[in-house]
Amino acid sequence: MAAAAETAGTTTIHGDRVSLLRVLGPAHVWALGVGIVLVGEFTGWNFSADKGGTLAALIVCWVVGLLYTSVAMIDSEVTSTVAAAGGQYAQAKHIVGPLMAFNVALFLVFAYTMLEVSDAILLGDTIVAKAGVDGLTHNSFIAATIVVLAWLNYRGVLMTLNVNFVITAIAYVSIVILFFSVSPWTQGAVLKLNELVTPGNALPYGWIGVIAAFQFGIWYYLGIEGTTQAAEEVRSPARSLPYGTMAGMITLLIAAAMTWYVCASLMPWEYLGITPYPLWDAGKLTGSPLLENLLFIATLLAALASANGCINDAARAWFSLGRDRYLPSWFSAVHPRYRTPYRSILFLLPIALAFAFIADLNQAITFSILSGVLQYTFMSINIMMFRKKWPLGTIRRGYTHPFHPLPAIVLFCLCVVTFFAIFLGFGSQLIAMTIFYFLISLWFHFYRYKFVRRGDQFTMPWPKPQGY
Amino acid sequence: MSRYTPPEQSKTGQIFDIVVVVVAIFVALWLPLKLGLAGAAKSIDALDAKTWEALGQNPTMAAIWEKLGYTPETAHDVIQNRFHYVIDWPTLIIMAVVLIGYFVFLFRASDREYRDVINEKFDDK
Repeated sequence: MAAAAETAGTTTIHGDRVSLLRVLGPAHVWALGVGIVLVGEFTGWNFSADKGGTLAALIVCWVVGLLYTSVAMIDSEVTSTVAAAGGQYAQAKHIVGPLMAFNVALFLVFAYTMLEVSDAILLGDTIVAKAGVDGLTHNSFIAATIVVLAWLNYRGVLMTLNVNFVITAIAYVSIVILFFSVSPWTQGAVLKLNELVTPGNALPYGWIGVIAAFQFGIWYYLGIEGTTQAAEEVRSPARSLPYGTMAGMITLLIAAAMTWYVCASLMPWEYLGITPYPLWDAGKLTGSPLLENLLFIATLLAALASANGCINDAARAWFSLGRDRYLPSWFSAVHPRYRTPYRSILFLLPIALAFAFIADLNQAITFSILSGVLQYTFMSINIMMFRKKWPLGTIRRGYTHPFHPLPAIVLFCLCVVTFFAIFLGFGSQLIAMTIFYFLISLWFHFYRYKFVRRGDQFTMPWPKPQGY
Repeated sequence: MSRYTPPEQSKTGQIFDIVVVVVAIFVALWLPLKLGLAGAAKSIDALDAKTWEALGQNPTMAAIWEKLGYTPETAHDVIQNRFHYVIDWPTLIIMAVVLIGYFVFLFRASDREYRDVINEKFDDK
């Protein structure tokens, strides 16, 4: 390591610049996106049933699915054109401006770190529940999960996402196996939807409950936009990113629909709304020990895959902030051997650990959702600005999404509804977090930005934006 | 336009900035937890008669509750723990003002910075 040196956000060894490795393909992009999100089927989405009833959980499954389809369409166009680590951060930097980019990176880091915390809590709670041993707490399992996955991420992105591909695939297949094992085409034998969801309890709080359910409906798909974080490490960003993201979204829509149908047909909404592991409970309620154990293992694997992807994404967003000097450039070092943003990975590790021990599952999920919705609001405006500054035909796009500006308008409107949903349960939290982002923005704009080079931030080979 | 040359930041300054960000993160996320501001308002609508019928559970639902290890007594607090959605208008207005103000500041300040970036980038050519 004596020959390794760092200058202005890069690592050099023997005079050569070391950067992130381009080793990933569409399957890895799929594994990153679905791996992060799939845990949402194993826990979290069902809290929307608590908020508004089982039917509300189905309504938001589809409506929030529309929100995320818009996210995936918009993201695919912008990211296939702005292929750089940091994903939406790099988009914001080139399209809106440095302060927005700084905020977007923080949204990403918060959303993914708190999602990682939620995953670790879920994993710990699931093991403790399975063990059924008095006095056993989840703390050691949480710590082991976060530390081991951080180590895996430290060691290399290819191995990290290969692991993610395998465990995500197993978890996904378990949902499919559960679905077909309960004879979904027949009601009454195992599934009893008609008796569990009745006109009297389908929407116990009326339509206000449906709106409130949006908060946790986000959890069905939260994190699919994380595929863009791999932009600098995929071999062919213009092809792999749209393909992997869209395939991931289709995969998740199918999984969400199957999950709702099975769970709503197996347990009363009051229980469905509070259980931390609805799919594992569904496995138990089928009466099959094989399915019960399969869903127990799948819950653990889904949590691991999600936490793994989250560490990957949060570290890359933090790394990007350091590389552009938005934060101290110390964070931008690339490991000379493993070619990973190792300092960012290590820096975020104790933050994740701390919150895993002070927040509960519900709160950690809400932290993550809050940052996610702020980010989606930005995305809806960002795509409008992108098309205005560089109209079609002025730059080469890897993918052009159809029906513009409809997806952006749908996304923006659904974000407003989701903000209202969050207000119904976590309004004070939302205000506190927005004030935090506002104050840290003042810090950046009036102090930190003086350390940032101006023209060097714009790295795309594009013409000058229209209107400037 | 002349190229802007940022000052080099000392190691102490870098460490100080890291501390500022970490403290800000913890205050933003931890303080609402500590002050009990996080979490939705649920309360138990208690019933005198704790039977499956009184709890609104049909025989299929009751059978599933029992399979999950619940009795009407233990399920009562789960089933009757309900949200009471009330729109607190002053809080809603504060939230809307804070959010809109934040985004307006973000886009306007970003645009000012962005113009410098574009001017320096494209005037160099």
